[in-house]
Amino acid sequence: MEERALAAATSKGKGNGAVPAQLPEVEERIYVASQWRLMWWRFRKHKLAIASVIVLVVMYTAALFCEFVAPANPYAPNQDFVQAPPQRLRFWDEQGFSLRPFVYGYKITRDPETYRMLFVPDPDKKYYLHFFVRGAPYKLWGFIRSDRHLFGLVEADQPLFLFGADGMGRDMFSRIVYGARISLSIGLVGVMVSMVLGTLIGGVSGYYGGAVDLVVQRLIEMLISIPSIPLWMGLSAALPPDWPPVQVYFGITVILSLIGWSGLARVVRGKFMALREEDFVMAARLAGASEMRIIVRHLVPSFLSHLIASLTLSIPGMILGETSLSFLGIGLRPPVISWGVLLQGAQNFRTVAHAPWLLLPGLFVVLAVLAFNFVGDGLRDAADPYAR
Amino acid sequence: MLQYIARRLLYMVPTLLIISVIAFAIIELPPGDYLTAYMANLAQTGTQASEDAIAALKRQYGLDKPVYLRYVHWVWRLLHGDMGMSFEWNRPVAELIWERLILTFVVSLFTTLFIWAVAFPIGIYSAVRQYSVGDYIFTGLSFIGLGIPNFLLALVLLWFAFSRWGVALTGLFSPQYMDAPWSMAKVLDMMKRIWIPVVILGTSGTAGLIRTMRANLLDELRKPYVITARAKGLPEMRLLFKYPVRIAINPFISTVGWTLPGLVSGATIVSVVLSLPLNGPLLLNALLNQDMYLAGSFIMLLSSLTVIGTLVSDILLAWVDPRIRYT
Repeated sequence: MEERALAAATSKGKGNGAVPAQLPEVEERIYVASQWRLMWWRFRKHKLAIASVIVLVVMYTAALFCEFVAPANPYAPNQDFVQAPPQRLRFWDEQGFSLRPFVYGYKITRDPETYRMLFVPDPDKKYYLHFFVRGAPYKLWGFIRSDRHLFGLVEADQPLFLFGADGMGRDMFSRIVYGARISLSIGLVGVMVSMVLGTLIGGVSGYYGGAVDLVVQRLIEMLISIPSIPLWMGLSAALPPDWPPVQVYFGITVILSLIGWSGLARVVRGKFMALREEDFVMAARLAGASEMRIIVRHLVPSFLSHLIASLTLSIPGMILGETSLSFLGIGLRPPVISWGVLLQGAQNFRTVAHAPWLLLPGLFVVLAVLAFNFVGDGLRDAADPYAR
Repeated sequence: MLQYIARRLLYMVPTLLIISVIAFAIIELPPGDYLTAYMANLAQTGTQASEDAIAALKRQYGLDKPVYLRYVHWVWRLLHGDMGMSFEWNRPVAELIWERLILTFVVSLFTTLFIWAVAFPIGIYSAVRQYSVGDYIFTGLSFIGLGIPNFLLALVLLWFAFSRWGVALTGLFSPQYMDAPWSMAKVLDMMKRIWIPVVILGTSGTAGLIRTMRANLLDELRKPYVITARAKGLPEMRLLFKYPVRIAINPFISTVGWTLPGLVSGATIVSVVLSLPLNGPLLLNALLNQDMYLAGSFIMLLSSLTVIGTLVSDILLAWVDPRIRYT
């Protein structure tokens, strides 16, 4: 602090003398910064991308601890609350302000004509939300037993429907949180598989060139020219219906990556083509480095940042693919919970007209897809050394 | 140019061959076949088919022969325009597919036109007036358009129209024209309803193309020849459309081939949601019921048509931009 004040004082005294005194410091900082640090500095400027990172971190954390975050058991049906509308979180009522949010209970009546259940908020029944309440027992990641939930009602017999209830009276909020685990992870796993395939095939194609390159390029063009959804539909309908859910999950992931790798292979190939003529590759070769070492130690690190950006941009396609297939009923099937499976409940618009909250999983799909797009865009701009 | 077209035509042969293998694999992959599904259905309703009847059915559908022979038979018949019989409908596949396929391509064609008509002016506007309020609005809209899956948009629109105005926006025809033979009135009726799937299918494509058009035009506008032309006193409008726009338009043409598979893909799900008489619902049903020949031939046909579409767009591109022919 003192030094800066001193510099400011001297700059006042000497006029513009401070500019050459300060500039080298900044320049030096840029000069010694690693490539990753430079990327981070440039990425930091994208406000939208930073916000998206936060959104994604929240979503993935909730998905990771979904048993703990969800206030209810997402599989437990409740006949008394079929298609109950969302409860509003309230801070105000006639008695004034309450810092602890509360919800009103339901007053249940029946429509005299259609016998449809009607739910009206009942101001006489007030339930306060508490953190770390005891609720439905669960096993976190299948082995940690607990019944603590992040938040919920102390009155265990009262339901909490922040996002309403579905056609079987199950809590939509809990179901969406559980669905996030499947829907968000399928994108990551699928991208991992695509990355391995894409870098391997694209790398071979770009590094060796010639006939190999020609064959691979034709193959990629061919894959791109097949309409993906009919192909995915055909392949996933071919998954045996008696497979256990885990196997179906991986089957779907592999099917999604079957097409996903092609775009990635193109990026990798282009980079290999450009980089293999560089002097540092020649130097490594003259120094006696093996082909494998050149690829892994010299070529891959120089386009890793690009690879990560393209990977991020290909995750939304995977998430949408899973959602679409499950929505059509040929991807993941109930009782597995994914966003696509949840949206199946909203397939009929007449049902949706009575219970619009059934569309909420779609909102989260859009949110996740947009966030990945923004992060990917930010990363791509940050990774480009020729950006203005 | 002729040489280029000939080369591209030659490339198509292995592509189509491999697509046929994939399509046939889809036919063969499900465990069991239509007959086992059919038997299970029969058993559920309480009737048992006799051994002889099963054997006769197997022979009739060629299910008793080895896989490679069935593939060769299938391709051979396909080349002669015979796509086999649909088990479920008990009608020739070609007959079932044809009308839906034409409608699918009509919808795709209109969607492409819609995408162009919207993305072209907006892309130019966004580039010329970079960082203006309009640019920000369109950029924001196009990001959202890219993020919303088509079928979700269709659902939301259906729900909105139904709960607000009580109309069901499903189908491509009014009830009175549903089964009517083609006539001028039916076409007009279709035109009244076709804009719904067209707009829904077009959103993501439009959004993507706006982004591309804007980026490309911005690159061109920064080039020295634009400054030269401006310095010579060329009117701004004439300058814009004479040079930079003509170069920036390339992606419009080159993406025809890419948008077509995308549109056909998108149309598959959207048509299930909107219950349109397009290929989607038929394909989905065929896959769910293991109606193998119908599903396989359908995927084969859709893929081949998109391959041809890609070829057409490549030829168009080579015609517009001579540099491409010689690489």
